[in-house]
Amino acid sequence: MTAEEKYVAAAYLVVFGFVLVYVVIMAAKVARLQREVGELAELARRRRDRDEPATADPERQEMRVG
Amino acid sequence: MSTWSRNNPLTALAAATTLLLGVSIVLVFFYAPVDQDGLNQKIFYFHVPIAITSYACFGWGALKAFLHLWKRPPGADLESYVAIHQGVIFGAMTLVTGSIWAKVRWTHWWVWGDEQLVLFLVLFLFYCAYFMLRFSVEPGPQRANLSAVYALFGVVLIPISFMAIRLASSYVHPTVFTSSGPQMAGSQFFTFCVCLAAMLVLAYFLYRFELAGKRLDADLKALREHLA
Repeated sequence: MTAEEKYVAAAYLVVFGFVLVYVVIMAAKVARLQREVGELAELARRRRDRDEPATADPERQEMRVG
Repeated sequence: MSTWSRNNPLTALAAATTLLLGVSIVLVFFYAPVDQDGLNQKIFYFHVPIAITSYACFGWGALKAFLHLWKRPPGADLESYVAIHQGVIFGAMTLVTGSIWAKVRWTHWWVWGDEQLVLFLVLFLFYCAYFMLRFSVEPGPQRANLSAVYALFGVVLIPISFMAIRLASSYVHPTVFTSSGPQMAGSQFFTFCVCLAAMLVLAYFLYRFELAGKRLDADLKALREHLA
């Protein structure tokens, strides 16, 4: 490989390196956001489970069956 | 536009970007002829489109900043910020690929006497300072207004930087596009156009990708505060 070929390869690799690093950073961010969405969904689920008995439909009454 | 690409715009953009970049590489190395300047001329096909994309990103950021100051549409400040961020990334790539090309062509990594190089560096540093300004002010309307005004000032440097090689007294930097058209063969110009399209689509994809992440981040923060 000549020196000129090495410089051309380096120029193209630099561009792909930049894009790769950027995409990796963004992928890490997306992974963090996914984790946060999961945590918030879990928090909302727990809150719903906790609040459900108190917010039950007041018109529904317990009836004796049989 | 197909239903799939309407439902997955980012995935469709990513696929288009990958395809265009792949085609660009094939055209650069297997279609465009090697001219009298030698193999190093191949750097031109990525270096110049990256520089033009950088100008486009700064211009887009300035336009969004102008819209923010004028009509105040929601999200214009964030869009301006993300566009300038893309411009700085592409600007850094321009400087690095340009330096590599300069080393082969002029045997120097940097030539301080070349107006185009110095003006592009000034433009790049100006927009780097944008982030220092933005993150030194508390989030809110004041930060958005200051950032928008700064982004608008920077746009003045774009035509100066672009015209520098045409006005320069030293002709170190080659002038390929003149008033009589592109100074290259048809196959080279076609390759250049495909590379430019690839870079613009890449920048647009990264812009939309980053914007989607930032918006999701803001929504999650609001939701977390609501649930707390």
